[in-house]
Amino acid sequence: MTHARTTRRVLAAVASVGAVLITAACSSSSTPTGSAAAGGGVNWDERGPITYAQGKDTAGVWAGVLKEWNDAHPNEQVTLIELSPEADQQRADMIKRGQAKSGEFSVMSVDVVWTAEFAANGWLQELPKDKFPTDGMLASAVDAASYFGKLYAYPQSSDGALLYYRSDLLDKAGLKPPTTWDEMQAACDKVLPTQKGMSCYSGQFQKYEGLTCNVAEAVNSAGGEFITADGKPAVNSAEAVAGLTWMVDGFKSGMIPKEAITWKEEESRQAFQDGKILFLRNWPYVYNLASKTDGSSKVAGKFGVSPIPGKTGPGVSTLGGHNIGISAFAKNKGTAGDFIKWIASEAQQKTFLQKGSLAPILESMYADADLNKEFGYLSTLGESIKNAQARPKAVRYGDVTSAIQDATYAALQGQQTPTDAFNGLQTKLEDLLK
Amino acid sequence: MSQGAATTIAGNTPPVTEKRKKNLLSDGQGTLAGFLISPTMLVILFVVGIPILLSLRESVFRKFTTPDPTTGMIPEGESFVGLQNFTDIFAHPQAVDGAWGNIDRLINSFLNVTFFTIICVAIETVIGVAMALIMARAFRGKGFVRAAILVPWAIPTIVSARMWGLIFDADGVMNKILGQQILWLADNSYSQWAVIIADTWKTAPFIGLLTLAGLQTIPSDVYEAARVDGANAWQQFVRITLPMVKPALVVAVLFRTLDTMRMFDLPWGMIGQGKYYVETISMFAYIENNQLRYGTAAAYSLVLFAYIVLVAFIFIRLLGADVIGDEETRAITEQRKRQKALAKAENRKTKLAKTTITSGEFQS
Amino acid sequence: MTAATSHVTAAELAALNKPRRDWRFWLGKTGIFLGMTFIILYCIAPFYWMVVSSLRLPTMGRDTSFWPNPVSFENYPAVFDPINGFGRALVNSVIVSLSTTLVTLLFGILAAYALARLRFRFKGIVLAVIIGCSMFPGITLLIPLFKMFTGAYPWMPINWMNTYQALIIPSLSFGLPLCVWNLTAFFRQLPVELEQAAMVDGCTPGQAFRKVILPLAAPGVFTTAIITFIAVWNEFMIALTFGTQQNMYTAVVAISKFTGAYGFDTPWGTIMAAGVLVTVPLIIGVLIFQRRIVAGLTAGGVK
Repeated sequence: MTHARTTRRVLAAVASVGAVLITAACSSSSTPTGSAAAGGGVNWDERGPITYAQGKDTAGVWAGVLKEWNDAHPNEQVTLIELSPEADQQRADMIKRGQAKSGEFSVMSVDVVWTAEFAANGWLQELPKDKFPTDGMLASAVDAASYFGKLYAYPQSSDGALLYYRSDLLDKAGLKPPTTWDEMQAACDKVLPTQKGMSCYSGQFQKYEGLTCNVAEAVNSAGGEFITADGKPAVNSAEAVAGLTWMVDGFKSGMIPKEAITWKEEESRQAFQDGKILFLRNWPYVYNLASKTDGSSKVAGKFGVSPIPGKTGPGVSTLGGHNIGISAFAKNKGTAGDFIKWIASEAQQKTFLQKGSLAPILESMYADADLNKEFGYLSTLGESIKNAQARPKAVRYGDVTSAIQDATYAALQGQQTPTDAFNGLQTKLEDLLK
Repeated sequence: MSQGAATTIAGNTPPVTEKRKKNLLSDGQGTLAGFLISPTMLVILFVVGIPILLSLRESVFRKFTTPDPTTGMIPEGESFVGLQNFTDIFAHPQAVDGAWGNIDRLINSFLNVTFFTIICVAIETVIGVAMALIMARAFRGKGFVRAAILVPWAIPTIVSARMWGLIFDADGVMNKILGQQILWLADNSYSQWAVIIADTWKTAPFIGLLTLAGLQTIPSDVYEAARVDGANAWQQFVRITLPMVKPALVVAVLFRTLDTMRMFDLPWGMIGQGKYYVETISMFAYIENNQLRYGTAAAYSLVLFAYIVLVAFIFIRLLGADVIGDEETRAITEQRKRQKALAKAENRKTKLAKTTITSGEFQS
Repeated sequence: MTAATSHVTAAELAALNKPRRDWRFWLGKTGIFLGMTFIILYCIAPFYWMVVSSLRLPTMGRDTSFWPNPVSFENYPAVFDPINGFGRALVNSVIVSLSTTLVTLLFGILAAYALARLRFRFKGIVLAVIIGCSMFPGITLLIPLFKMFTGAYPWMPINWMNTYQALIIPSLSFGLPLCVWNLTAFFRQLPVELEQAAMVDGCTPGQAFRKVILPLAAPGVFTTAIITFIAVWNEFMIALTFGTQQNMYTAVVAISKFTGAYGFDTPWGTIMAAGVLVTVPLIIGVLIFQRRIVAGLTAGGVK
């Protein structure tokens, strides 16, 4: 009551602000299309110092790698720019540079799922195929670095899902690692009655990018597709819905423990290491940690890996990993080109595998006997990646993935039936991919 | 505003008269005041004024996002879309599944904000006032309690979000204590309560402190008198304590309300993004901004701004929250009010005296 | 109530005046004691959990035993592992919080003095604007500031991302109103007679301010400084938006981005240890200055 006058003044101020807006609104700006990323007219001989931007180097491999390069190329030094550990934030940082047409990041490590967006906006330099051969690289990884039939980056590292299983328990029951969902269920039915407090299976079902990976695997493994080869969404197909239904039923029947709906990679790894689940879908990084004999893992030496199971045969993993691309606005593209080729070479790929546990992009390395001895999961991983399917290649991937997560999480929480959820998703994707 | 400040001012203020305006104190004060205030106002203009104008401008534009079907390239730039960023709530609702059923995402976050604000502020006020009453009675250990009470306030919200995230983990200590397996960190009404609990923890002590300060300005002989008059504890609370702490409490509640309405760190750090049971307008606008859709981001943040202005207006208007607390402004308004009230003054005054024991002795 | 008065007898009055030490008295005492215990538990218990979690083995981050077994301090050195850049983040936090506090104090003292003491037109508007700013949703400011600082506007071709000014200037938007607000309240509490006396002695209002008011207001200024400092120190959204590279994180942002030895690791122990490390100095400061802070919070009523 006391301050009616003041309130009125505040409101009047707000109103006058509104008046200014109307004048401001008339000065619209809309520049026509124009991108600097076209393949021609690039000087691939320009050399000099460059920068390389990527997410946080948690494994600490880059200092050594860059030293090797810099020692060999004193006039073409590469400086590492470490971005946030969070993928979202890395992407936002790179996008900002792109929008400002800044070449601050000459070379960028781009998540496979952002490649389409970056290419479509003209932020990545197209790589002419004659100068940048892709022989020997995993076909799925090369495909993930291409957009509209053109190559925009080199594959840098790959990734695929593995099924971790308790070999001790399966052996005792005389079972082999399952290749289908039914086999996995059957194995659980046989093993679990003797194991108190153990659940059958888990992946990552918290609402985040990992959920997209998991549901994509379920859908692809059931023979469905999110987006068909010609770019049309197809999630309302019977196969796709069957994939989601498998996950939903898993929660309903208790095959998947109900708390798994809050699990990311680490929580599910912890549960597996604590002996709470028989089968775990996760990335290769778990292998070393679960093998630790310092007491942190209760399953060291008692587990094995296989490709993930599918509906009627081996499952289809989601393709992970990063591409390494050159900013369309970068200087010294010659050096940048040499650098990405060098990163994709076998010697460096081996370093990344050995020191950073990153899956190589060269097909031959998965068959290498020495490496397989060192990394017990390598050939299995190679198999997984060879079959792997990329997540939907969409320019508005951020919106696509949150739409997928929305639909999936709503189905997992029982807010919607799988059919309704995917019908709704179909409508949304049609809108997003227009 | 503290009760103390209010009473001193009420006591000291000479009536605003011509004579006062011309005395030594006011000579050339306008210019001096201009000098003193302009740096602050300039900063505010730069960090608040200009951004608001730009927000308004952004909210009527939209970036191009659709790629060219033949080349796959996205055109640069933005286009003027009028009020579409606002009206799309109705024209192209983005339905999500939250606590309020399958509704548009902005409406959903709007309802979340409303829900959180009402519940959190209500619980905080009750707990806070209870704490203040206990502390006011305590003879020993007051300093210790007051120190303890400042701990939640001093912990950065994002740190407390992580802390509560660990407590509310599916295998966390909260479930261990409750002996149940509640999935607080999924996306359900428990998630909402997780946020409410964490927010209440951080801010109820704050309301307690403010109320305590208000309580301590009540002279004990008022209670003595009431007791002599045979008022029981509840009557004392309702007839003395509440009216006396009301000015301090209303301001505290107003600030808490506005603060809860723009909540961001807590659900963001504890439950995560894209959780529609706990998504607030601030979070939604932030996510849109991260997707570089400045237009919708600005539009949603303006919706929140308008909502906050409305609530502040209601508070100040209906509850008489004395936010400004300035003697001069108050004197002018008071004077006007007095004149208005003069006609029915006698009637009202006697009525007031009956409802509030203290109205005759304190407060002008 | 007036009706009740007539029923009070002399005996009852005597009983009322005598200090009551009957069962009711003890019940009340116990009740208050229990209440106090409850308050302390309520405030401290979650913080206790943070401390306990920070004292576990790094591999036991999500353990739920009420006492760490075994007790381990490994998480604390891990906080300062170069990979998390926490030391630098602390320095950043200090720089940003201190600069913001100093700037707000400098401007705020002047403005607050004028608001508390001088008579001028538009005072109501100025006060309304300042209070309006403190009610503002930060996100509304953030979006255009973000565009400004990334150089997205042609009339402002700067790139201030990951600079100190980009962290400090937006912080003024809530720091300055908070500061002006508190200080105005403090200045008002000082007796106006002192200044009048000084002016009678021939001081100008400026001199009166410098020689009389400022020394008297020192405690209030100090309190305001602490409150502003803590508010900026704890700020998250601005720091998260404008400091996107590790060397420009503030402490709270760094904590929100802690990573362990491998990509997916959420090092709970380290995060909690870092939380303890940023909170304990604040708590110690709060304990030392608690009376002042309480007075300041009460005066300002903000945050």
